[in-house]
Amino acid sequence: MSRQSMVCAFNGILYRELLRFVYQRSRFFSALVRPLVWLIVFAAGFRAALGISIIEPYDTYITYEVYIAPGLVAMVLLFNAMQSSLSMVYDREMGSMRVLLMSPLPRGYLLVCKLLASAIVALPQVYGFLLVAWFFEVQPPWAGYLWVLPALILVAVLLGALGLFISSFIRQLENFAGVMNFVIFPTFFMSSALYPLWKMQEASEILYLLCSYNPFSYCVELIRHALYGRLNEEALLVVSGCTLVFSILAVIIFNPQRGFGKGGR
Amino acid sequence: MNGSVSPTVATSQIDSTAILEVLKVGFRYGAKIALDDVSMTLNPGEFHALLGPNGAGKSTLFNLISRLYQVQNGEIRLQGQDLGQHGAKLLEDVGMVFQQSTLDLELSVAENLHYHGSLQGLSRKLCRQRMEEELARVEMSDRLSTKVRQLNGGHRRRVEIARALLHRPKLLLLDEATVGLDPEARKSINQHVRKLCREDGISVLWATHLIEEIDEQDPVTILFNGKVKAQGLSQAICSDSQCATLADAFEQLTQNNREGNRP
Repeated sequence: MSRQSMVCAFNGILYRELLRFVYQRSRFFSALVRPLVWLIVFAAGFRAALGISIIEPYDTYITYEVYIAPGLVAMVLLFNAMQSSLSMVYDREMGSMRVLLMSPLPRGYLLVCKLLASAIVALPQVYGFLLVAWFFEVQPPWAGYLWVLPALILVAVLLGALGLFISSFIRQLENFAGVMNFVIFPTFFMSSALYPLWKMQEASEILYLLCSYNPFSYCVELIRHALYGRLNEEALLVVSGCTLVFSILAVIIFNPQRGFGKGGR
Repeated sequence: MNGSVSPTVATSQIDSTAILEVLKVGFRYGAKIALDDVSMTLNPGEFHALLGPNGAGKSTLFNLISRLYQVQNGEIRLQGQDLGQHGAKLLEDVGMVFQQSTLDLELSVAENLHYHGSLQGLSRKLCRQRMEEELARVEMSDRLSTKVRQLNGGHRRRVEIARALLHRPKLLLLDEATVGLDPEARKSINQHVRKLCREDGISVLWATHLIEEIDEQDPVTILFNGKVKAQGLSQAICSDSQCATLADAFEQLTQNNREGNRP
């Protein structure tokens, strides 16, 4: 296969994702409303309960809204990734997945293109959220919006690969409610998205350990630091490593037979 | 044995001129056997009907040929090359129309075709050109920018056939392509596909459970419970089983099986 047809295929996959994104405006708004509810309602209520001291990468005392904004950005990516990866294996996308797999290009390449394309589609959702958050005093430096871009793509691909991996692995998670309970909530709550980990350590050493091994914590920290123009090298290393490992695993374990088995005999 | 194999269709020898050879293929979902020792050959320009009721294993066979599933037993060869060894590259010469529609409803006809074209490595320009040609052949030229959701079932099928031909495949697989369509639309799609065989030399494997879609001169493979019950020209199958019509022959061949020695 020539490089030209590989580029051509990626463009086609990306173009289709963008079209679907443009046509499904309701998806965009629900992706925007979810983190805003957290930011505007939850954070306001929680603000009083939780004092935040000066921690990296912030130079001063910050409000709780400012603290959780990067975590909510990661949440947007998490939902987007789980939705798109699960639908790749199970529901309505079945059809387009078949078209995808009829391509003469290697399956691994096609899946990576698909992950990357849905990562790119998540970007407007994130920037839309950050735009609204700006009016609620989440105002990182302008350069931060640029620095955070590569971090967002990397994290989105990791979470997409993780979603694809999980969905080919666990049959029981066929509906999204199951994924919410057993994947999204634990991932999100056992991370530094909503509270700094030292707070968690005060509460429970075991939970602290779980949180600090959760790759999602590193996703959040990578985004948090990038948004303030800093590079968290440890987070970058962990997130890149996990992206590589889970992409490879997801591709190896991917088995279209699983998804098609029910309807296609 | 109740299978009648016509001498015109070689089943077990490797034939280098054949487009598609299915050699002793077996497949199971867990404990359930879906295909058992299935063999067939498809020659260039041939319209080959794969006849069987729902659940006979037709779709499973298609999923194997299109590499969606991995061959468990036996071998599938496309133009003499083993599917298991040569990987996705061989799909360049295969076009497929799936049983369930695989079009994006909220995208336009052109956008759907473009997606497929790009996956086949066609440049935008070439894709556009082929798109116009293929849609013209199915009389859908004026629907390029129509959303698929607004098309009726027959028109959606035509778009899918046009899509399957964008990359100029040598083998076209149609899995119950006329299911759910009215008789007129069924007939027109069947005729269009036959024309592709005659005029462009495309080989077609046409899976169906509708006997009226098969002509006397068509090579037919009758699949029932995952096994090949008969193979040969439609006429020959009739005369071998001493039946007046293929419908009777089909009835007889599958009836034997019901009374016979099922485990």
